[in-house]
Amino acid sequence: MTRYTNSSQPATTFSLDGEEVPFTPGDTVLQAAHRVGRYIPHLCWHPGMHPHGSCRLCSIKVNGRPAAACTALASAGLQVENQTPAMQAQRKALLQMLFVEGNHFCPSCERSGNCLLQATASHHEMEGPHFEEFYPARPVDASHPDVLLDHNRCILCGLCVRASQAQDGKDVFAIAGHGIEAHLVVNSPSGKLGDSALSVDDSAAQICPVGALLPKRRGFETPIGERRYDRHSVADAHTQEATAQGHEEDPT
Amino acid sequence: MSTAHPHHAPAPPPYPALPRRKLKVATCSLAGCFGCHMSFLDIDERILQLIEHVEFDRSPLTDLKEVGRCDLGLIEGGLCNAENVEVLRDFRRQCHTLVAVGACAITGGLPAQRNAMSLPHILGEVYQQREGLKTGCAIPNDPELPLLLRQVRPLHEVVQIDYFLPGCPPSADSFWVFLTDLIAGRTPRLASGPIRYD
Repeated sequence: MTRYTNSSQPATTFSLDGEEVPFTPGDTVLQAAHRVGRYIPHLCWHPGMHPHGSCRLCSIKVNGRPAAACTALASAGLQVENQTPAMQAQRKALLQMLFVEGNHFCPSCERSGNCLLQATASHHEMEGPHFEEFYPARPVDASHPDVLLDHNRCILCGLCVRASQAQDGKDVFAIAGHGIEAHLVVNSPSGKLGDSALSVDDSAAQICPVGALLPKRRGFETPIGERRYDRHSVADAHTQEATAQGHEEDPT
Repeated sequence: MSTAHPHHAPAPPPYPALPRRKLKVATCSLAGCFGCHMSFLDIDERILQLIEHVEFDRSPLTDLKEVGRCDLGLIEGGLCNAENVEVLRDFRRQCHTLVAVGACAITGGLPAQRNAMSLPHILGEVYQQREGLKTGCAIPNDPELPLLLRQVRPLHEVVQIDYFLPGCPPSADSFWVFLTDLIAGRTPRLASGPIRYD
């Protein structure tokens, strides 16, 4: 159904949890919501990247039917449910599954406090993992002089893949395999990061929302209490990925 | 028509005060570093308020070795050996409400970082191949030593857990919020602020 704000001007808003959100043609629901500071949880989405639709944390209901907010196009009069108890419970279960599938032991991770997965789980009041731990034993690639790749922490969001292609023009990363066997691969003769074209200054090296890709020799450089999500709520859509320049940058 | 205004209705007679029984609380540490107990003690002088409402059964604070019937059991540490499993099952049998406290109890934590390696490899590294050891050193094999599990596991994979207090360790305020909620008869709920995983 098309709604109109007056007799001649077509409406360019949709309803997000009962509040009207303006959009421009071509916007996705998540893009439009992010622009006005409305938080729809997400991990694989980034404002500078094409949507991936893989993490499903941004699942919403559009006119009563489930959809991914990062891929669903906004249109006038949509009725979008976002922060409902049912959607929040579903997101919490997704977060719990992500935690048990990898090694997300926060006390040992240099990304702690700057980690989107950690902050999102905290926001959703995830107290325990609920599911059985996988305890994966995937390789850690320390071959690059400036960047560490820990496959145990990769959530397969594909942000490094897209950033390397679209922003760095290098095609360093890809996701291979299917289902539980899906994994990140590195485009180099040896398959090692050290033999790839990746530079620590590349967007791909800095865009990882978790601790899978980390710059070396910067571990724990920001004290507890001063890290990104110590100072900013993950629900503030303008503080978490305002730029593609990584998590160490001050978002204020 | 009555002229009594509802706001002026007489107060209902007070209910007779029920004798308030102190909650019986037990705590223990399995495969962990004892940091959660130390953080619990960081409630500082509030422990004097707490002790008005609880009494401790088995705990490092009492040095009792067996757990009795308890309202609440707080367990830090994961499961790394057969004795840990036995103690946990005792707590589950004896405690009405069981709480997994801290990263090790909830996810296996730091001890679980050994899970990517085989047990013989780890034992060999520690007891036989370590620098400075004489050749021929043996891996301890005394029947009194509890058998190690192949992997360190979190508590909820073995028994039903009622609540999780995340953190490494959970902050003193998390303990305080949780315990005061429970004592007041409220369902404990940590808001996102006190929930930390590091």
